[in-house]
Amino acid sequence: MAKTDIGPPDYKTMLPPVIQRNYGKWLYHEILKPGVLMHISQSGEALYSIRAGSPRLVSTDHIREICDIAEKYCDGFLRFTSRHNIEFLLDDKNRIEPLIEELKNRGYPVGGTGHSISNIVHTQGWVHCHTPATDASGPVKALMDEIYDYFVTATLPAHVRIALACCLNMCGAVHCSDIAILGIHRTVPKVDNARVPNVCEIPSTVASCPTGAIRGDMKNKSVAVNEEKCMYCGNCYTVCPAMPIADPDNDGISIWVGGKVSNARSAPMFSKLAIPFLPNNPPRWPEVVHAVKNIIEVYATHARKHERIGEWINRVGWERFFSLTGIPFTDQHIDDFDLATETFRTSAQFKWR
Amino acid sequence: MAKSDTPLLDELEKGKWPSFVKDMKQAAQKNPMARDLIQQLELSYKDKIGHWKHGGIVGVKGYGAGVIGRYSDRPDLFPNVQAFHTMRVNHPTGWFYRTDTLRKLCDIWDKHGSGLTNMHGSTGDAILLGTTTNHLQACFDDLSSAGFDLGGSGSALRTPSACVGPARCEWACIDSLDICYDITMTYQDQIHRPMFPYKFKIKVSACANDCVSSIARSDLSIIGTWKDDIQINPQEVFAYASRINIQKEVCDLCPTHCMEWNGRDLKIYNEDCTRCMHCINLMPKALRPGKEKGATILVGGKAPIVKGALLSWVIVPFMKLEPPYGELKSLIERIQDWWDENGKSRERLGELITRLGMRVFLKAVGLQAVPQMVKAPRTNPYVFFWPEDIKKEVK
Repeated sequence: MAKTDIGPPDYKTMLPPVIQRNYGKWLYHEILKPGVLMHISQSGEALYSIRAGSPRLVSTDHIREICDIAEKYCDGFLRFTSRHNIEFLLDDKNRIEPLIEELKNRGYPVGGTGHSISNIVHTQGWVHCHTPATDASGPVKALMDEIYDYFVTATLPAHVRIALACCLNMCGAVHCSDIAILGIHRTVPKVDNARVPNVCEIPSTVASCPTGAIRGDMKNKSVAVNEEKCMYCGNCYTVCPAMPIADPDNDGISIWVGGKVSNARSAPMFSKLAIPFLPNNPPRWPEVVHAVKNIIEVYATHARKHERIGEWINRVGWERFFSLTGIPFTDQHIDDFDLATETFRTSAQFKWR
Repeated sequence: MAKSDTPLLDELEKGKWPSFVKDMKQAAQKNPMARDLIQQLELSYKDKIGHWKHGGIVGVKGYGAGVIGRYSDRPDLFPNVQAFHTMRVNHPTGWFYRTDTLRKLCDIWDKHGSGLTNMHGSTGDAILLGTTTNHLQACFDDLSSAGFDLGGSGSALRTPSACVGPARCEWACIDSLDICYDITMTYQDQIHRPMFPYKFKIKVSACANDCVSSIARSDLSIIGTWKDDIQINPQEVFAYASRINIQKEVCDLCPTHCMEWNGRDLKIYNEDCTRCMHCINLMPKALRPGKEKGATILVGGKAPIVKGALLSWVIVPFMKLEPPYGELKSLIERIQDWWDENGKSRERLGELITRLGMRVFLKAVGLQAVPQMVKAPRTNPYVFFWPEDIKKEVK
């Protein structure tokens, strides 16, 4: 019988010798160029980190290729970042350029540091989730192709962190991103009364609803959904496969802007609604790609240095954001959930555009 | 040339960014599960809907977490992904790997699963994407023999994660890696055997830049900070003056305007500093966090389901964090006990505190109210007092 509760491999055994020697002794760092970090220790030793993009959904052979590269240039030491990038860790300056050359030849983008757009944190989508309102890997790939140059350079006013979650359960907790791409359902689950009695347990299905929108339907030995209470999370479908929520005509993507997680300058902020709905248009989601690129370009043109998207909007005002981006303002933009009134304007101070 | 049977996905092999479709096709060359997966995904691209259902609890012996059951809703078309479960493998803290460790993981996954992975999932685990029910135990046994273990899922403590911390960062105010690893090892039971009202996440960032989104994404957020003065190296400050506009980029953007620059010297009024990291981020060679280091502890952060997203709230402005982290672990356990006792099913800690009140929470876990906990005191007059504060009627 296999041992249980052994926990993950001890990270201390995974650290390259240069880190083991200088753990906790780092003095400062510089970004030598996009994708190349140099950390200097009190001892004078240097650690170089070369950051490369990844599709996150990777095959074992792809991982072995990453291992081959790490063994050739970094004595077999690497790490992954919280945004799914790969970082090759080395202490020999002379290996940096040959490593970058090899990465480029093999199609790995090098960058994602400083005032760039780093990799997009994202979820499973149609590849492996049961409640997605859109795909995840597909829109991410289509968008990263289009904004590739912002990954391999660092020319923006500040970091732009983009994240995608394929439904509002938000496995990818996107709610504090500079730009959040969020899959949304807009219609209630369709109860199949013929199948529910055979494949679902009524009490657990009723209990699965976070908003209490599901009640038993004794006549049909099934359940009924209160359309006014349902907010389309799909949790009921998790326990009862006879009430699918996917709706090819009405599922799609919403775009949110101005969130951040860092405490630098301003406090962490939630992303706010920019575009309530864009259609799912696989394989390359042109409407979504265009909308996100537009927001990035307007921001890049108008923000001051070091201003994150949310900080820029807070300075110029949401009126200005909507006029500069040309995004239509609708009644969906006005909150109607708990504490909605906190977002209503309570002064006569506003801009005309 | 034969006509492709995945014309829509083929479009996503084009372009400069690395393509997940190439990885899927690479896996499909040697694995029938990956072959059916790509065909089912093509159908999703055509239908504009997913083709997975959940249903059924699957797992490995002794655990109630770490495996996510997944079944195709078209097993007639894609029999090799009829069952296609995910295994969450707890990553080495900080996502550091030796290649021999990674290769072992790849070999195990080629033997038991689809050959497709996520490096990594959003919570931090290495995600092994897709295997059949009868391979789960054998795969776990091989993972365990190779030194791996599963992460959390369901109403369990989810796999804790940490920023790169003192392994590479000069700003680390706490040993985020050691704290995370220690918590992970201490609470193996809570990770593997779901026992809470709902999920519980812990993330450790060693400074206020919060590289693992702890305040936004965890029920218990640990953020490194300091109490004394920012350390200044005046020569290096002056050296930065030739590269950046210190007045405009550093002083003017300081949220508390606690610094003055006269073209030669930088004066910091530390009593006004809120340790946001902006000046240190811009001049890492010249400015460093203070020497009296510890952490700010916050609770309640979460994504929207059920009652809306929350950012974590400060409950302990400053706590020294040194092994064996007794004070921290005692606090975590007091918090979880109170939540477990009072929380309804699917109620996250932040939602419970919202429902019952921060005042009740603080009293239950034994913390004193301090001004650092709020942006401002209340504006409404609906003030509650404890019964013991009210004079009893004299009979």
